[in-house]
Amino acid sequence: MKEERTVSMKTEVRQIDSVIVVDISGRITLGEGCSQLRELIRGQLSQGNKNVLLNLGDVTYIDSSGIGELVSSYTAVSNQGGQLKLLNLTKKVQDLLQITKLYTIFDVHDDEAKAISSFKTPA
Amino acid sequence: MSREASCVEMTLDNNLKYVEVAEEVARRVCITAGLPDEEQQKIEMAVHESLINAMWHGNRNDPRKQVWVKFQLFEDRLEIRVRDQGNGFDPDHLPDPLAAQNLLKVSGRGIFLIRAYVDEFQVKNVAGFGTEVTLIKRLNRTMKSDEGGTNREHED
Repeated sequence: MKEERTVSMKTEVRQIDSVIVVDISGRITLGEGCSQLRELIRGQLSQGNKNVLLNLGDVTYIDSSGIGELVSSYTAVSNQGGQLKLLNLTKKVQDLLQITKLYTIFDVHDDEAKAISSFKTPA
Repeated sequence: MSREASCVEMTLDNNLKYVEVAEEVARRVCITAGLPDEEQQKIEMAVHESLINAMWHGNRNDPRKQVWVKFQLFEDRLEIRVRDQGNGFDPDHLPDPLAAQNLLKVSGRGIFLIRAYVDEFQVKNVAGFGTEVTLIKRLNRTMKSDEGGTNREHED
């Protein structure tokens, strides 16, 4: 098996200014990956952190449930008056967002500094 | 009739950890079929979504149930069948995930993605078993007569 297949989802959380940057690697799929992301977002919202940037640069695989979890995260953050944006989409993830028309919903960036500063102004 | 070049068949316990096994088999079959990387990934994803659909929705995550998967590589197509022990669904009456009112829904994209990634998608109920989905990817290839396989006639 290719090594990337055995890597489940991992996350690292950083804070830059008022923005929580979540570096995600591995697979966001039904089961552990999705529930992990859900708990992480809930945890950040409960701490009052409403600006979230998901760095998907090292995501090797995302399925329809993972896409659904991104939508769920987006909705949860928006409902709290915050913003959730995406950073560093791989071609695979970008294709998926385009085919599902979600590219029009998410604010997508490929430069972290610019993404961070975009939170200072309304999206 | 077309000649069956190779066939891989497996029965998986209804556990999500086995989805990756089917994905890996799909990847190897796609390599054998000579599909480029991007097409391989699409087929792997279609297989992944079919297995998730079978285990999670069809078999309702019941560990006592199983999912049967068959990969058949023909001269002109790759045919993948996934059968669960569930009650089936009507593919013509699924909500459109691209409709504005459904865009922010959390679920409902699996079958849509399968359809997007293969050339044909069929659903049928198999009496006494459950629901079987068939994914077909057309191939532009000419099978050499000395390539491996069973040389059986396709009897379905």
